Amino acid sequence: MAVKVRIPTPLRRITANQGEVDAEGATIGGLIEDLEKKYPGLKERLCDETGAIRRFVNIYINEEDIRFMQGKDTSVKDGDEISIIPAIAGGSEV
Amino acid sequence: MLSFTDEQIKRYSRHIILPEVGGKGQKKINNAKVFCVGAGGLGSPVALYLAAAGVGTIGIIDADVVDLSNLQRQILHATPDLGKPKVESARETLTALNPDLNVVVYKERLSVDNIMDIIKDYDIVLDGSDNFPTRFLVNDATYFAKKILISGSIFRFDGQVTTFKHNLETSPCYRCLYPEPPPAGLVPSCQEAGVLGVIAGTIGVLQATEALKEILGAGDSLMGRLIIYDAFDMRFQEVRIHKDPNCPLCGREPKIKELMTYEQACHL
Repeated sequence: MAVKVRIPTPLRRITANQGEVDAEGATIGGLIEDLEKKYPGLKERLCDETGAIRRFVNIYINEEDIRFMQGKDTSVKDGDEISIIPAIAGGSEV
Repeated sequence: MLSFTDEQIKRYSRHIILPEVGGKGQKKINNAKVFCVGAGGLGSPVALYLAAAGVGTIGIIDADVVDLSNLQRQILHATPDLGKPKVESARETLTALNPDLNVVVYKERLSVDNIMDIIKDYDIVLDGSDNFPTRFLVNDATYFAKKILISGSIFRFDGQVTTFKHNLETSPCYRCLYPEPPPAGLVPSCQEAGVLGVIAGTIGVLQATEALKEILGAGDSLMGRLIIYDAFDMRFQEVRIHKDPNCPLCGREPKIKELMTYEQACHL
């Protein structure tokens, strides 16, 4: 499956400043492996040492959080839009 | 009966003539009490617009003084305010804008020890903090106190905003969205700090809009939805936030039963 993946600005250094990249895979886990091949270093920003998706990074298929589907095993289909949304905390110093 | 002075009728006339607001809605705004976490990038547009709208009581906490590097985005403060406590500068700016206003300032850091006592006096809390420990503290405290939390955050060219209605059992909380803060040194890293100043305006104004709607009890809120703003590509995106049955705070079997402190991962 070929899908578009939205990359948040903090991770665009790894994707040569691209905000949207193409990736292939049958599942979210497969997409992450494909992205790692194309953009080495991306996987460790998304997954911990055990391979689980980090708890302060969310991945969405269209509008839905994969944590509420099958996580990394969630299947993707052509045309799905995948978004990586890390927690951000900027505002003011309190 | 609604009692407005002639001056108030004129000041708030563009609200009062809106059928969705009217004199009754304006009175609700004038009687509302909101609390801003931070008088910085997000707190500035939030407090300015809510003061202009006539929100009766605005509480602001911030322990810092105005620094030259703040002025790129923190529009509550101006060059003559350099070195002044941010909450004092904020009070002066806000009361100059609207003398009706009661500004309550707290020149201290928000902590496990003071947060419950402070927020009990307010209807709505607007989080504009710059670090994860405060963000989780504010979430947990507003959950325990059953207060509405309107959460905004910015980083580089990105912004996020959503509303957690902790007064409703059906609402998700920040931990349903992100269960834990990042450990020190991980995404987003300190080396990547920086923010396009104007994004504070965009996100803060969305927070202020949500606050006014909550006060009015009007419209659809952002509860259960996260708006993501990508200024670089000029895109707004929306994703769902589900209430997580396994949430450590608001789930079926909560593990977090009292306020806790996280180590400061990165002070931007």
